[in-house]
Amino acid sequence: MTILATEALVAGYEPGLPIVRGASIRVAQGEIVVILGPNGAGKSSLIKAIAGLVPISGGRVTLEGQDITALPAHRKIRQGLAFVPQTENVFPRMSVEENLRLAVGIFPDRDVRHGLDEVFTLFPDLARQARLMAGSLSGGQRQMLAAARALIVKPRVLMLDEPSAGLSPKFVEQVFARLQAVRDTGVTILLVEQNARAALSIGDRAYVLVEGRAAHEGPARSLWDDPLIAELYLGQRKEAT
Amino acid sequence: MSLQFLLDGVISGAMIGLGAIGITLTYSILRFSNFAHGDLMAWGAYAALVAVGAIGGLLGGVAPIAPLSFGLPLILATLFAMAVACVIALVLDWLLFARLRARGQAIIVVMASFGASMALRNLLEFLFTSSPAYFSTALQIARPLGLGVRITPDQVALLVLTLVLVTGMHLYLTRSQRGREMRAYAQNPALARVVGIDVRAVIRATWIIGAALAAAAGVMVGVLVQIRPLMGLDLLLPMFAAAILGGIGSVPGAVLAGLIIGISEAAAVLFIGAEWRAGVSFVILMAVLLVRPTGLFGVAER
Repeated sequence: MTILATEALVAGYEPGLPIVRGASIRVAQGEIVVILGPNGAGKSSLIKAIAGLVPISGGRVTLEGQDITALPAHRKIRQGLAFVPQTENVFPRMSVEENLRLAVGIFPDRDVRHGLDEVFTLFPDLARQARLMAGSLSGGQRQMLAAARALIVKPRVLMLDEPSAGLSPKFVEQVFARLQAVRDTGVTILLVEQNARAALSIGDRAYVLVEGRAAHEGPARSLWDDPLIAELYLGQRKEAT
Repeated sequence: MSLQFLLDGVISGAMIGLGAIGITLTYSILRFSNFAHGDLMAWGAYAALVAVGAIGGLLGGVAPIAPLSFGLPLILATLFAMAVACVIALVLDWLLFARLRARGQAIIVVMASFGASMALRNLLEFLFTSSPAYFSTALQIARPLGLGVRITPDQVALLVLTLVLVTGMHLYLTRSQRGREMRAYAQNPALARVVGIDVRAVIRATWIIGAALAAAAGVMVGVLVQIRPLMGLDLLLPMFAAAILGGIGSVPGAVLAGLIIGISEAAAVLFIGAEWRAGVSFVILMAVLLVRPTGLFGVAER
């Protein structure tokens, strides 16, 4: 069952200069879907447009069949669509715990203590750092905090923009293992990644975005084996002849 | 040498600090210097003056609460003044600032606040003339506090009020969800939206808090000094100096810096000469901007 979809989405920061140019993707309930593509293909802009951070000028975004194209960013989280930006994804001058309290506090009916206990079980490091300022955390720890802050509100779909960017290989492995664990709790994941190797190893399906459009789509494994894709996007680029 | 100047400084510093809270919040959350903030103070004072008159007219003479110079009417009038200032701030934002903010050029919003300031001030002069007004003309006897320092009951009451307002404000910003949202929005507006923070609610809360505290400070100035249409403008530079010395966005910083500026002004009057009083804020403002632009408790902008 499709949970999140875009239909011919057109989006960009400047009017008349779209970065996303008619991208159509589908994400099924419980899947991990990866968006790959060369630099400047519009991967980040696509995911930000879905999150409501990049103005949409055409097409539709649907969540469980409901049109959420025009919904402002702060309402999307209430519909169960969470987003973790690539950088500046924590509030640096708030403690780890305050970052989490802030997120769960958006929902007045949620039990804050219970939510904190749950994410601290999933991310034990954060429990030890609860009183530290988020700004003093390392890149990998911030990424964990950002993911925890998105998960504490129990989203149905979790979108992440390059969660492995700037992390050491050890942390990359940890982040992706954690994402698999998150998916196993029933959360659908849509992921933008430069690190195709790691992302395809946990992904179910992948899209390759080229010039703002979904140019290829398929099971993660088959994209991995496709020589054309491998040559173009998976780090084995050759000069065109 | 009398230590009286310290107390005088603390009292004017408390009023500066209370006003500076609104400036530091609008600066950090709405990202512009609101030059109309002082006029919210003046409007608050005049709104209270009108309300005190109306309540007095309705109830007949109400005796002040001994040993203070004022009674229940002024307390009610202060609440009314806070509400009036909130309405003015919200209407100004809706009519002017929000529209200009949407264009994304901070300097236009700052200029608009200059214009709003002039309009508000001139309207006050038009309505109430420029001659000073007083809540009470009764003389208060200052009581000795020791070490040659004397304090009036009104001063004690208003210092206590300041302490209560500032503590409440600090707790609100650090403990409540809306307060956390305001701090989060000041740190990273885009991430705030992602997390689900309703920006409009945060902006409303910022105006309401800033305007209400400005009105309270205006009433305090009215009780302790006098009410004039220019009273807000006169305090604008000290309030900005306090907001910047305290570190933009920091409520305790703004209040502490307000006290520092109040005491420095009082010291300048005593040791250098009364004509230097107005220069103190300017010197402090320049020194902070040159030496430590982040202020006492501020953080560097990324």
